[in-house]
Amino acid sequence: MKLNSLTLKKAISKLQHKEISLSELVEEAIKEKNKELHIYLTLNNEAVRQASSQTEKQLEGIPIAVKDNFLTKGLRSTASSNVLKDFIPPFDATVVMRLKQAGGVVIGKTNLDAWAHGSSTETSAFGSTKNPRNKEYLPGGSSGGSAAAVAADLCIAAIGSETAGSIRQPASWCGVVGLKPTYGRVSRAGIVAMASSTDSPGPIGKTVEDCATLLNLIAGRDIYDATTSPQPVPDFTKQIQKGVKGIRIGICYTDHEKLKGSDAAKAVSEAGKIFERLGANIELVPVSENLQKGHIFDPNYAVAAYTVVQRSEVSSNLAGYNGIRYDYGRAFFGDEAKRRIMLGTFTLSKGYSDRYYITAQKVRSLYINNYRELFGTYDLLIAPTSPGYAQKLGATKDNPMYGELEDILLEPSTISGLPGISVPCYRDPKTNLYIGLNIMANYWQEEKIISAAYAFEQATQWNSWK
Amino acid sequence: MKQYEPVIGMEIHVELATQSKMFCGCPADHFEKKPNTQTCPVCLAMPGGLPVPNKKAIEWAIKLGLALECEIPLFSKFDRKNYFYPDLPKGYQISQYDKPLAVHGKIDTKLGMVRIHRVHLEEDTGKLLHTTVEGKKVTLIDFNRSGVPLVEIVTEPDIHSGDHAKLFLKKLHQIIRYLGISSADMEKGSMRLEPNISVKPVGSKDLPNYKVEVKNINSFNFVKKAIEYEVIRHIALLEQGKTPVQETRGWMEGKNETISQRLKEEANDYRYFPEPDIPPMRFSSEFIEDIRKQIPELPEKVKNRLMKMYDINKSVAEILTQEKELGEYFEKTVSLSQISPSIIANVLVNQSVNIQQVKPEELIDLINKKQQEKQVDAGVVATAIEAVIAANAKAIEDYKKGKTAVLMFLVGMVKRELKGKGDAEKIKVLLEGKIHG
Repeated sequence: MKLNSLTLKKAISKLQHKEISLSELVEEAIKEKNKELHIYLTLNNEAVRQASSQTEKQLEGIPIAVKDNFLTKGLRSTASSNVLKDFIPPFDATVVMRLKQAGGVVIGKTNLDAWAHGSSTETSAFGSTKNPRNKEYLPGGSSGGSAAAVAADLCIAAIGSETAGSIRQPASWCGVVGLKPTYGRVSRAGIVAMASSTDSPGPIGKTVEDCATLLNLIAGRDIYDATTSPQPVPDFTKQIQKGVKGIRIGICYTDHEKLKGSDAAKAVSEAGKIFERLGANIELVPVSENLQKGHIFDPNYAVAAYTVVQRSEVSSNLAGYNGIRYDYGRAFFGDEAKRRIMLGTFTLSKGYSDRYYITAQKVRSLYINNYRELFGTYDLLIAPTSPGYAQKLGATKDNPMYGELEDILLEPSTISGLPGISVPCYRDPKTNLYIGLNIMANYWQEEKIISAAYAFEQATQWNSWK
Repeated sequence: MKQYEPVIGMEIHVELATQSKMFCGCPADHFEKKPNTQTCPVCLAMPGGLPVPNKKAIEWAIKLGLALECEIPLFSKFDRKNYFYPDLPKGYQISQYDKPLAVHGKIDTKLGMVRIHRVHLEEDTGKLLHTTVEGKKVTLIDFNRSGVPLVEIVTEPDIHSGDHAKLFLKKLHQIIRYLGISSADMEKGSMRLEPNISVKPVGSKDLPNYKVEVKNINSFNFVKKAIEYEVIRHIALLEQGKTPVQETRGWMEGKNETISQRLKEEANDYRYFPEPDIPPMRFSSEFIEDIRKQIPELPEKVKNRLMKMYDINKSVAEILTQEKELGEYFEKTVSLSQISPSIIANVLVNQSVNIQQVKPEELIDLINKKQQEKQVDAGVVATAIEAVIAANAKAIEDYKKGKTAVLMFLVGMVKRELKGKGDAEKIKVLLEGKIHG
């Protein structure tokens, strides 16, 4: 367990100096702890052997947990659905390939909501993951397994994917760092498609610097994904100590009626004060229901817009799993996938697509324009990642819109394709559960959110590995 | 009986002869390849496979649009057309819905202009093979064709007869071949023809409230026959006061008739939406103009130019321009020799020269040799003429009385004397001179 309790930065350093050994990689202890928390759906039994040949590379054979909707060559990849329960991919997702090329080793495949549909891991066909911070609670989702793997020290760092909150919300609930890059920054090739127009793979780590290091390795144009951007990829660790002096930060949603007086609102207001102390200019950006200038557009409408667009794309993306191949046909879809397929089919149907799909796309444009205006005034926007703490196991039962409501504060920015990072900003001493601070910037400005998040991490006590 | 007129539109699918498929790197040439040997995660629609568009295919589709005198919008995009069929592995086809690559073109024919409604790009499907394996009836799928670039050309309902359709299709085929973007080989399925046929009373301004689509046609002649068959069938139904059923029918080659395949009472709902895996396309006018510059001189123009430049007649020029290579071969040959262009043209048109094997230089040698063979010593010709006049006194009399047709008989006799040698035109002149003294 020693190795896995380290941050990426320390592990690399200790391996380089031969202070620790990779033979500790997949120990019985990991298997034991995994049984308790149900984090890995598949463990890579070859990890130690694979790691031993990677010692000359940057990651030195370091174990990375990978969400199970990423294809891993020769290692079962299910997307937590029974439809793919025996699927062994013949190729690696681009992200996985890039990590391997840098000397990373996939230690195991982490649990998620089936097809990444959800924010709890409770829709997984193989059962939900428990929050390592408090086993009676959910880890969040859909990348719940990856966030939990980091929080439980069952890996050194992890990879997740976010469509609307799926990296940052579980990172927030598990008290770890999750970075959702700009849409198009990281390749989607080899990832089981969820909502193609918003899916963004990204790192989940113990520290901001670890996430920046991983992003360096996975970002950049990919010839297998036409939506990846030719934008140059900077070294995301280079300006990490730049600080926040003189930058303008807008605080969002703390005045929203659903958040007033909540721990999340308090923690984020507190975070604002810390940034102020660090030299930033802080201002509240009031919520507006009707697109007033200088206001942030009410996130309620984003829930509706996201739901329609996402269901539409899902209904099409899942059409190929019709039973002709992959052995397990449509009967193996869980309830959530079925609901989404039906709703998406409806919203794209003749006579309804104008009312739903096209309207949703127009609302999406409203949010994009709203951010464009706000980023003319502010360098960064901060907000609670989630309205509150992790919820108890079973909370999603009989609540089909559960995930959307948990992700309400993230959906406006994800449907706009913006980058964001969630860092721990409060821990409830009674429950040991965390609240996450979401820091967002304009397109392609991951460097800005990384240096701000790093400054916050250094100035506060909330990071467990610091 | 009322007078009726057919209203016909065509949908034509053409497989592009690009190196690779539309959205992946697999080879696009699938004809008679071992099944499922030209596939990858993208064209098999494995999880995680993403489409990356083939730039050449987009350029070629625009090129075709320009050759058909279309407008090329500077914005275009791909869309998903959602439907289920076992040969469609993704459960949707990537096609173009409301922003095609080219719109509003035309082709002129002797029987009237046919407007092009749109030209768009999409991907081909896999191929189903219904067969028996180990005593069991099964359907096998070959995905080699899955994802091959397919251009769809849709006309306005401007076609009025089977002959008109055939003429239009021949011209379209010729243009595609000239552009070098497809073999357009109907036997191999790289050009597929689907007429949409209906019939209305002459003079009626409204389009008929039904249409019948005929599929599985692999020759221009069958398109013509299918149209003619359908038009008669529709008129018979209309005369009985019935409306023909809106449906898809198949052409049965052996029986020379169409049969019903699928009722199509309402348009299918394909739930089109913009393909989120491919960013929309924005073209610059320079990009379009660059493509325009790459378009070779098209058959209609070449034909008119050949007629003017080389003084050859229309039917010969038409044959010379059926295939781009033949016209080019003709001009090359003309440029390399002193032989009159009309002689070269006649040889090419009448003697089916294999232009792949015979080089222009070789053809020139052949023509020269033939012409030399025809040349005979003037003295020998004169002797032969004398002999023929002496032996055919009766015929000479007839000719002198005005039976001019006899002259060609006499020319033939002289040529026989010369064992086929000699130039008939010259012999004719000499004979006339001799007879008239």
